[in-house]
Amino acid sequence: MCTYETETVDIEGAGKGAAGWFDLTRAAVYVDHPQRAPFGHTVNIDFANPAAGPSARVAVELTEEAALALVAAIQRAIAHAPAGLASANTPV
Amino acid sequence: MSDAIRAETVFIGEEQIQAYQARPLDAGTVPGVVVIHHLPGFDEATKEIVRKFAAHGYSAICPNLFWREAPNAAPDDASAFVRGQGGIPDEQIIRDVATAAAALRALDNANGKVGAIGYCSGGRQALLVSTAVDLDAAVDCYGAFALEAPPAGAGLKTQPIKDRLQDVRCPVLGLFGADDQFPAPAEVARLAELMAQHGKSFEHHSYEGAGHAFFAVDRPSYRPQAAVDGWQRVFAFFGQHLEA
Repeated sequence: MCTYETETVDIEGAGKGAAGWFDLTRAAVYVDHPQRAPFGHTVNIDFANPAAGPSARVAVELTEEAALALVAAIQRAIAHAPAGLASANTPV
Repeated sequence: MSDAIRAETVFIGEEQIQAYQARPLDAGTVPGVVVIHHLPGFDEATKEIVRKFAAHGYSAICPNLFWREAPNAAPDDASAFVRGQGGIPDEQIIRDVATAAAALRALDNANGKVGAIGYCSGGRQALLVSTAVDLDAAVDCYGAFALEAPPAGAGLKTQPIKDRLQDVRCPVLGLFGADDQFPAPAEVARLAELMAQHGKSFEHHSYEGAGHAFFAVDRPSYRPQAAVDGWQRVFAFFGQHLEA
């Protein structure tokens, strides 16, 4: 099926795409057909910068299990670091 | 009699939209088919379909529906970019398919008849353009959200087609998977009811053991039996309505 459902979120950070590093401003998350992963459907995440054009994108296609494990790993990593260390508001 | 074809990227209409065209080189007049690509975009699999029509004696053309938004981008990047922007407005799709149909009719060996076929989101667009473009036949391969708009949370510009069905201008063939949820069998049945109420010709088949995208040879959803039978129905349908 094509779900067409897309969750988007404004983000701050950087990613490395085909042309090197670029600033990230937007992430899109959707469960739909993958381009590459050998499954009928995957959790697809595009880390992007729409103002820099369509090619400013880092794409991943994950199984549901992998996506949920990744979410848990992100939460554990943040929990194990000093509070606020990676916050946008923390002075460097 | 030659079976040679010529396949190439072309630019069509006043706006010079990118398109992929394949045409038979044999003498004589031939019908045309506009191929409407799926959500993953103007990709290799869609170009193979364009060439398949040419090998079967049709001039075929696929306009890059994402060209304005993402010129020269890789198909997957263009698709993701357009998706992030809420898709393509229906009126723009209608305009690009009309431009493609006119380009086919302008070919020196055109017989004047033009059909359209689309897959996945393109299936919905095939039904959409049958209400607004001068076409002689249209094939909807598992197009979803024809009757109702996608959920509001999807953020798409897509509008329901159900209020336009009285304007369908040509016979329509629908090919669906019985295991598909978008469109689910109930939506296909409802579409058939509405087409009948409006007195429109709608031949449709649902394949058991097949879900969405059963024609897609490069995806795990491929179902050879459904696809082989489906192609036979497509060529029979276009043969009936496009070959004068």
